[in-house]
Amino acid sequence: MDNIAGTKSSLNWAVQISTLALVLLWLFPTVGLFVSSFRTADQISSSGWWSALGTQTSQNPAIRIEGEEFVDGDLFVIEGQLFTNADIEVSAWGTSSRAPQAFVPGDVAELSRDRTITVDVGGAYRFTATESQEGQRLPRVFTTATAPPEFTLDNYRTVLVSGNATDNLAKAFFNTLTVTIPATIIPILIAAFAAYALAWMDFPGRALLVAVVVALLVVPLQLALIPLLKFHNEIGIGKGYIGVWMAHTGFGLPLAIYLLRNYMVGLPRDIIENARVDGATDFQIFVKIILPLSFPALASFAIFQFLWTWNDLLVALVFLIDATGETTVMTKQIVELLGTRGGNWEILATSAFVSIAVPLVVFFAMQKYLVRGLLAGSVK
Amino acid sequence: MHPALLGLITIIVGVGACIGYFWASNQILDKFIFPAKGPNAGRNINRANMIRPWLFLFPALTALGLYLAYPVVETVRLSLTDRDQGGAFVGLANYQQMMGEPKFWEALRNNMLWLIIVPAFSTGFGLLAAQLTDRLKWGNIAKSLIFMPMAISFVGAAVIWKLVYDARPPGTEQIGVLNAIYVYFSGNDPQQWLTIPFWNSILLMIVLIWIQTGFAMVILSAALRGIPEETVEAAIVDGANPFQIFFKIKVPQIMGTIVVVWTTITIVVLKVFDIVFAMTNGQWETQVLANYMYDKLFRANDWGVGSASAMVIMLLVLPILVWNVHNARKEMR
Repeated sequence: MDNIAGTKSSLNWAVQISTLALVLLWLFPTVGLFVSSFRTADQISSSGWWSALGTQTSQNPAIRIEGEEFVDGDLFVIEGQLFTNADIEVSAWGTSSRAPQAFVPGDVAELSRDRTITVDVGGAYRFTATESQEGQRLPRVFTTATAPPEFTLDNYRTVLVSGNATDNLAKAFFNTLTVTIPATIIPILIAAFAAYALAWMDFPGRALLVAVVVALLVVPLQLALIPLLKFHNEIGIGKGYIGVWMAHTGFGLPLAIYLLRNYMVGLPRDIIENARVDGATDFQIFVKIILPLSFPALASFAIFQFLWTWNDLLVALVFLIDATGETTVMTKQIVELLGTRGGNWEILATSAFVSIAVPLVVFFAMQKYLVRGLLAGSVK
Repeated sequence: MHPALLGLITIIVGVGACIGYFWASNQILDKFIFPAKGPNAGRNINRANMIRPWLFLFPALTALGLYLAYPVVETVRLSLTDRDQGGAFVGLANYQQMMGEPKFWEALRNNMLWLIIVPAFSTGFGLLAAQLTDRLKWGNIAKSLIFMPMAISFVGAAVIWKLVYDARPPGTEQIGVLNAIYVYFSGNDPQQWLTIPFWNSILLMIVLIWIQTGFAMVILSAALRGIPEETVEAAIVDGANPFQIFFKIKVPQIMGTIVVVWTTITIVVLKVFDIVFAMTNGQWETQVLANYMYDKLFRANDWGVGSASAMVIMLLVLPILVWNVHNARKEMR
């Protein structure tokens, strides 16, 4: 087969390697987020996630030495320990911010006025002076330390169960779920009946209606925001779940009808006509024959609609989230975190990963249906 | 009421109402209005069958009309009126005001860039990935990994890529891979990439290309599979090399599908909002139409100009809409 296709083994290797490169390139950003969500805040900010498994080198903030002064011979001495964490190893140190790595552990640094200081690998220091330092400012020590890599579930704990209102995503998670499930189920039913009528019932204007559905497929929902918000306010539902369910149902219908109709048209004509001859009504045919046979198409649309409503930001912003923020969804909360916690990657990465975990599970579990739906749904 | 409970009730009521409506309306039609018995049985059955399609279509048509068709008309109206003057008709004043704003032109210019770059690269990478994985043993695994970003929300993708573009002060270890590579190879200070005009727009586009490539790949991969084997074999017999086979035999045969993929991604691009909203919010000259519109509608509370800019998006979508309808009608015949 390979020979028929005209592939040579050298080309085959080139294909293998290019594919691998492409896949790694596409995976790299997501893996970065995933790895970061398990790292400690300190380690995230001191080294790239790609070196998360190596020894962590970090420049520590300056520590001003302190301690009891005692006399040793003709010297005044202060001794102490820079770190509380026993795992840290000092790889370089210095006494000024201009040269924070001037010395290796064990070196003795000469300071002004005949003072000296030395720092060892473990962070223990010894400071000596020829006169008492009582009331004087003691020198600062800059250290570059190495520590073993550290992985933690604390970030997930903060995001999922902590009491901190800005960081806790649990409520938003359930709100998202509350938006998603009805917004996925209801359009399927409405669309299935309409699709059946458009596929298997003969009536004047059918072709026109199909064209209208195809046209509505691409109408930007941006156009719908203000008119519908006004409408929701007028009928008294305002901003809230009912509004967002209705909006998602409306916006999802064209794709649902289109997908389902295309699928139902392809069902064998014999079955339906035999059933008609046997005296089944359209309602019975639909419920007992068409619906079960259309399961793959129903599943495709359900996945689309689920992913779309779960990942949506705009519709939730406009139709759901009111000033109290009680009904916030995950996408909205993450956008807020990007503003308030722009540098706290441990929180951001973990929140983002919590929000994409569910769609990813659905994606990998139901990929077959998703692909099938895509192939049927792209207008040919 | 607890929202989850409300959700459950909504599902039950919604599903129940749907089924109840369809069942009851069919029953009423068949049993009471046009019963299929008595002296007029034949005529009644015919009449019932004329009405039935509309019973099936009624809920969907209502929802489509209310949630998609009516808003188009209403947006046209709003774009010609002024909210501050109690909704008075102001002609094209909103459009004039919009044309006078540099931010609008910036958004339009950026949108045009997006429209060229994102569909081109997504389709290009998609085609490359589809061809590469076509005869590979582990092709399906490779495909599903490239396809994966499709499941990730634009907001999630924004966070993922913000980490890639992150910048730390000069002299410290860089945690964003772009700056890490840049500093390593150029030796310059790290850059705040998202604040550098023009390039920041490109960086935002990369996020969408990353998401859409999987979509393009899936569709094009199916199209490649559909190419008749004989055409490829004939080319091999005639001594064509693999590149000639790809560009001269395969690509022309799937041109129709490439156009479909291209236009579908174009639609996505025109509506792109979340990525810009989450990553730069249109600052540093990254504004796009959808985000400009959101700004006008919900920050400036200017419904007139907001609707006018929505109409610009609609206008850009219109050619694709007409083309799709044209093709769909051709196919139905």
